[in-house]
Amino acid sequence: MNSVILRTVTRALTPALLLYSVVLLMAGHNNPGGGFVGGLVAASAFALYSIAYTVRVARRAVRVDPRTLIGGGLLVALSSGVLSLLAGVPFMTGLWTEVAIPGLGHLAVGTPVLFDIGVYLLVVGVALTILFPLTEK
Amino acid sequence: MLLTVFAAFAAAAVAPVLHRATGRRGATILAVVAAGITMYFAQAVGDLPRVERIDWAPALGLDLSFRLDGLSRLFALLITGIGSLILLYSGPYMAGHEFAGRLLALLLAFLGSMLGLVLAGNVLTLYVFWELTSVTSYLLIGFEHERPRARAAALQALIVTTTGGLAMLAGLVLLGQMAGSYDLAVIAGRAAALPADPRYPAVVVLVLAGAFTKSAQFPFHFWLPNAMEAPTPVSAYLHSSTMVKAGVYLLARLSPVLGGTALWFWSVSAAGAVTMIVGAAFALAQTEFKRILAYSTVSALGLITLLIGIGSDAAADAALAFLLAHAFYKGALFLVAGIVSHETGEKSVEKVGGLAGKMPMTAAAALLAALSMAGLPPFVGFVGKELAIEAALGAGSAAWVFAGLTVATGALLAGVAGAVGVAPFFAGPMRPAIAHEGPAALWIGPLVLGGLALCAGLAPGWTIGPLVESASAAVRGTAAGAGHASLGLWHGFTPTLMLGLTALVIGAAFYASRDRYRAAFAGWPEGASGSAAYAWAIDALQRIAYAQTRFLQGGSLRRYLRVTLGTAVVLIGTRLAGVELPDLSSGWRDLRLHEALLVASVGLAAATTTVSRSRLGAVAALGVVGYGVALIFVQFGAPDLAMTQFVIETLTVLLLVFALYRMPPKIPGKRRGWRWLDMAVAGAGGVMMTLLVLMALDVQIGASIAEYFLAHSLPDGHGRNVVNVILVDFRGADTMGEITVLGLAATGVYALLKLVPRDAP
Repeated sequence: MNSVILRTVTRALTPALLLYSVVLLMAGHNNPGGGFVGGLVAASAFALYSIAYTVRVARRAVRVDPRTLIGGGLLVALSSGVLSLLAGVPFMTGLWTEVAIPGLGHLAVGTPVLFDIGVYLLVVGVALTILFPLTEK
Repeated sequence: MLLTVFAAFAAAAVAPVLHRATGRRGATILAVVAAGITMYFAQAVGDLPRVERIDWAPALGLDLSFRLDGLSRLFALLITGIGSLILLYSGPYMAGHEFAGRLLALLLAFLGSMLGLVLAGNVLTLYVFWELTSVTSYLLIGFEHERPRARAAALQALIVTTTGGLAMLAGLVLLGQMAGSYDLAVIAGRAAALPADPRYPAVVVLVLAGAFTKSAQFPFHFWLPNAMEAPTPVSAYLHSSTMVKAGVYLLARLSPVLGGTALWFWSVSAAGAVTMIVGAAFALAQTEFKRILAYSTVSALGLITLLIGIGSDAAADAALAFLLAHAFYKGALFLVAGIVSHETGEKSVEKVGGLAGKMPMTAAAALLAALSMAGLPPFVGFVGKELAIEAALGAGSAAWVFAGLTVATGALLAGVAGAVGVAPFFAGPMRPAIAHEGPAALWIGPLVLGGLALCAGLAPGWTIGPLVESASAAVRGTAAGAGHASLGLWHGFTPTLMLGLTALVIGAAFYASRDRYRAAFAGWPEGASGSAAYAWAIDALQRIAYAQTRFLQGGSLRRYLRVTLGTAVVLIGTRLAGVELPDLSSGWRDLRLHEALLVASVGLAAATTTVSRSRLGAVAALGVVGYGVALIFVQFGAPDLAMTQFVIETLTVLLLVFALYRMPPKIPGKRRGWRWLDMAVAGAGGVMMTLLVLMALDVQIGASIAEYFLAHSLPDGHGRNVVNVILVDFRGADTMGEITVLGLAATGVYALLKLVPRDAP
């Protein structure tokens, strides 16, 4: 769609949406959000981008093939479960550790967060794998 | 002992690499590995039975337990001993073949599976290895996968044996329930109480279905001759000396558990008797080397089955002695047949003759094996045949029928032995001209087996005697050492000897008139019974599959929706009928104006969707429904849900718009009747969903789980957002499954989108 208004708005909106999607992903454990909805927001950011600038440009902006994101996301989610196996506890048992961030206090980091990142990547991959070919001529 | 099974599979894993690295020597090295395993079983004489156990799923009573007793040891020696000869033979036989390494790997994988089968101390372990042998057999029959006939034969063998295998699994599970354990030793200990159980007949029928399909008993015998599409080493190994004996092994193993009843006696011995005579009659009518041998194998398996069915001590001895004798001569004859077709290019016994001059070593091996098969003294075949006739004579009321059939079978098989092992080498002029002797690695295997047939016959008492005796003790269910297998060459002028001689004389007559016999048989549809039924069943299965695919997967989205919704309404509706609705009268009072307006606009948008004549309009209205629902979520304090719903709705509308972009803009009209039907289905679906949600409100599923999640979310899950903690931690495995499905679905959609022809609108 060749519209100056849409392109200008998109240029500002896309980074904001992507940033927001990461916020949702990271905040999800304590506040509304999570990997699933975060991934959907990121996917809609790229969808908007593809409408404004054609799918070809959007594909380049994603950098990797969406199908790779599906596999990668699954792999990340699976590896979060395997980490527990390596630690000698049953598959997918949550492992947590506290990381001190100077000036911000303590941050709890655990394998469920990694799992959520896997979900995020997969959802982006799934949405774009379906959306991009549909939008392409 | 456990190590031997693992060693075989490990050798299978490295076989292709080894073959690539060392070429033809690879097969020799692997043969040495197999021979090493044979040595292990050869020296394992004392303190039987030996038991080794690895817990697998203790809660299910499932363990990888292995048990070595006399019967297992006899089979293990056969499997690994013949296996090493076969591997040695495969080197030159497959030389230059593109996939020779794969054949070696499959042969070793089969060796491991078969070994696991006969060593299994638990019926479930036994079943797992049983099916592994079916799978490796499938891969080996279809080894030359570019030939449609090989593929069809492989599939047929797989379908027949695994269908029987499934029935057997049901039988074994029933047996385990009856005995209260899946452990073979425990089951054997409780054998006395089993025949009185009402489930006993079902167990017998189901287990026999497995054994009869695997061991190619009539009328399931037809897959075995077809399996001759496999390369010769495979036929010699799987389809004569080992895998087809798995069924016989199972019968022998369960004989002390299930045997001793009229049902067992008649069903096993009758099936065996029919199979042996039919197999022998068909064998003599064939002209192709391998098909002759395949039918004679069917016949031999029938005889062993008959003997196990008879179930007396003498019959158990006879079954095992004959089993060994058959493994020696049949393995040898198959390998000989392979050499002949390898070095002459001919597959029919009628096209070759007088080969002894050009192929002396092969001819010697063939002669030794054929004489043993014919049952001539002093070969082990003679010993086996004598014992078999004697056992048949002792079979009570059916003695004379069984003995007569055994003699007739012996006569036919003697004729077959001459036709396949003597005539091609010693009768007629030398042909074809190109014939030449094969390399030593080819003829050494059959020569060793032929030599064994002679040695074991000359001194049965101290060669195969102890082996047969300890195996027979296991079949009879008595302690080893208590048996008194009377293996010998000479027992005086007994009726048995006379019957054996009669069989030889008639056999000689069959041999002399084999051309006329074949001509007489020429018009007979070979294996008519079973294979016709098989073809009919497969055809019927495909028709049903086509019909239900046409009905359920018609390709029209409307039909999919009708079927899916209609099924859901019927299934859920019948369950809901009679459940009381919760009292809703009090809920209306709190309804506020903006909530009412929200609900009304969602309803209006839904109605618009159904009547819109433009696709784009319908999609937009549907979007309004979605956003409205999301607003309702916001109203009732479910921000997670609302947020997800908003984004999903946006993406869905986007997807639909792009999809509609490729379709005609107007919705095509439907006939009035269909419109009414669709309205009814959609209405029923809506009503059912509403009722379901209302009832769900009222259901109390033990509050504890929700409280557990609320209480443990922060301390154990490190998160205040309980919904998310449930998704990624408490019920993370569910999410794992869901995202896998999501990924697969997306891959499927992608494939469908890319399938659209280029010239489509």
